[in-house]
Amino acid sequence: MKRVLLAVMAVAMVLSLVLSGCASPTPTPEPTAVPTAEPTVEATAEPTAVVEPTAEPTVAVEPTAVSETSAVPSFPIKIAILAPLSGDVKTFGESTRDGAMMAIEEAQAAGWDIEVVLADSKCDAQEASNAANKVISEDGVHYIIGEVCSSASIPISEIAEAQKVLQISPTSTNPSVTVNEDGSTKQYVFRACFLDPFQGDVMASFALDDLSAKTAAVLYDVGNDYVKGLAEYFKAAFEAKGGTVPVFEAYGEDDTDFSGILGKVAAANPDVLFLPDYYNKVNLIAAQAKEKGITATLLGGDGWDSPDLQLDLVEGGYFSNHYSPADPREVVQNFVSTYTAKYGATPDALATLAYDAAKILLQSIAEAGVDDTTVVAEKMAALQYEGVSGNITYDAQHNPIKAAAIIKVEGGQVVFDKFVAPE
Amino acid sequence: MKVSPLRLAGRVLAWTVYVALGAGIVWGLIALTRMYGPVYFVQAVVDGLKLGFVYALIALGYTMVYGIVRLINFAHGDVFMVGAFTSYFAITKYGWGFVPAILFAMLICTLLNVVIERVAYKPLRQAPRIAALITAIGVSFFLEYFTALKFVFSADYLTYQRPFEVVVWNIKGVLVTNITVIIIIVTTLLMVLLQYVVNRTKMGKAMRATALDKNAARLMGINVDAIISLTFAVGAALAGAAGVLYAIAFPQIWTFMGIMPGLKAFIAAVLGGIGNIPGAFIGSLLMGEIDVLVVSFVPLGSRLRDLFAFLVLIIVFLVKPTGIMGEAQVEKV
Repeated sequence: MKRVLLAVMAVAMVLSLVLSGCASPTPTPEPTAVPTAEPTVEATAEPTAVVEPTAEPTVAVEPTAVSETSAVPSFPIKIAILAPLSGDVKTFGESTRDGAMMAIEEAQAAGWDIEVVLADSKCDAQEASNAANKVISEDGVHYIIGEVCSSASIPISEIAEAQKVLQISPTSTNPSVTVNEDGSTKQYVFRACFLDPFQGDVMASFALDDLSAKTAAVLYDVGNDYVKGLAEYFKAAFEAKGGTVPVFEAYGEDDTDFSGILGKVAAANPDVLFLPDYYNKVNLIAAQAKEKGITATLLGGDGWDSPDLQLDLVEGGYFSNHYSPADPREVVQNFVSTYTAKYGATPDALATLAYDAAKILLQSIAEAGVDDTTVVAEKMAALQYEGVSGNITYDAQHNPIKAAAIIKVEGGQVVFDKFVAPE
Repeated sequence: MKVSPLRLAGRVLAWTVYVALGAGIVWGLIALTRMYGPVYFVQAVVDGLKLGFVYALIALGYTMVYGIVRLINFAHGDVFMVGAFTSYFAITKYGWGFVPAILFAMLICTLLNVVIERVAYKPLRQAPRIAALITAIGVSFFLEYFTALKFVFSADYLTYQRPFEVVVWNIKGVLVTNITVIIIIVTTLLMVLLQYVVNRTKMGKAMRATALDKNAARLMGINVDAIISLTFAVGAALAGAAGVLYAIAFPQIWTFMGIMPGLKAFIAAVLGGIGNIPGAFIGSLLMGEIDVLVVSFVPLGSRLRDLFAFLVLIIVFLVKPTGIMGEAQVEKV
């Protein structure tokens, strides 16, 4: 009997070992979203948009008013939407498709002649290349909206650049989507989301201007490009604007004991403590910061945006995000209500950014007045667009310049505080 | 007693080095205290104590098992992890208090370790020691990845709900939490209990006899297998308690959380002299202090703390392989 039991247990152990061998050997069960893949996805639970509170919205999102120029082009246009419509990030692709389709259908209702080609690029470099080649050579599209993931957007951008096809990615945050290896900008490639490091800039301005902070402490995970990027940009911006950063400390991914570095923070007694990590680490650090008697205002990036963030620990803190649920602008409220009525769900950030990407594309085409991607790209680079996710203009690298929403944790709730524009 | 002049010179040299090292450390600490202020220093020491007392509970299990079967049980850190998780479920799912939760975790870990010993180590009792060591590593991986499965503990990082409110006392600028106090009390209680069991009971006598010479102990009528199981059980109970205390102090748990504390405790056990119970305790306190003081005082310390920990291991092996309290052993061939 004993022997049988032993044998069974041994077999079970061996089996599990074999099974576990298939799993990734690195202990990273948490989605350590490095900015190269799934860009804004992490931060998308609620609908809304990021925009500077302009006094009067210039555009109402209604089927009749598609673009500021109101000129409906007389020529037919073909647009491809490349998104992961199957696989593990399927919902990202579906949101992207729905958001982009909504903008296109509004244009069609206004009299545009648009043909849409949908392709499943599976958030995969090879699939994305194939899909891009197919829609360009077989379907003859001149405009591509997509992909969601940077890893798929980059190969598409290389094809688009070579074929002079205009591409706009709604959500890919990797800098090389719009920039060549030699540092030059890709002429025909744009994006609709801001880059992650921008959030570091935004929080630095916010801390200095709105919280009147003079000193800041920054703790970051040295192994995560996203977190590190935010931390470094925050520090650079904070110091450039006259603040000081007495504590700038790195920790490892699996560190649990923060007493040493929090001791340094407590000794420096800064006005703000910037924690640009994801919510689970923030929970852990915030809990220990409390025990160290640290009273600095906690600040973070969109990695905080999770229902699992322990609001009682970060009470009084602020974090930046791509959008806000409480944006009162008409353009946002209209978008949210129309989208909800159409698809039966509130739009997430992916849908919002895809909608804006499509609108940016359509407005540029309308301004160009010809179906020539070179002219449209020029118009897009010089665009002034007021969208759901913000007032957008493009910088030299074809990255949008727009405001980020600041969300405050107050009374155990997340509430919209204000928009902060880049400088 | 006659000592050759060469040996005498060696001893003098060794003692000079020890004294110089000690003086250097004391001087360094005084200088640092002057630089940062005494509050900062004392605070770091208090934080180091908290860590050190938790390491002590883990290190005891390493050292006891090594003392009895000469096996470094690398799965020990994962037993510690299981302790943290069982108490998490007891507290979060069933709403248990601190004391029942820690007892429950100790019980589950005891059972687990006894099963591990029976299944994985006992069949290898006569095999070369390296076989058992590699099996221990296998068991460690098994526990880490098996518990990471969705229907076991899941691969998520879970936020640990503390079973009591945190109270912070400010003693002349040094902040001490009730967590630190509880860790010190629980560890001290368990240490005293262990010392009593090992030194004052018949069971303890049997343990010591087994550690000294297994075959002779068997000839004296001691059930060696039962004593070995008992040792694993006691070590696991301590690791389970350590898991609960660690999770309360640093309230986030995941199935790989045991690796680093396990290794640090192992280093502590080696530092104190593996196989020696008071040595493991002293080694652990030093390890905890090194961990926190490096972060607090060394530039880039938060990145270098693990490096320093392993440096300690290497230095101990190079300079005094038997550790602080360990005794040199003649390898029986």
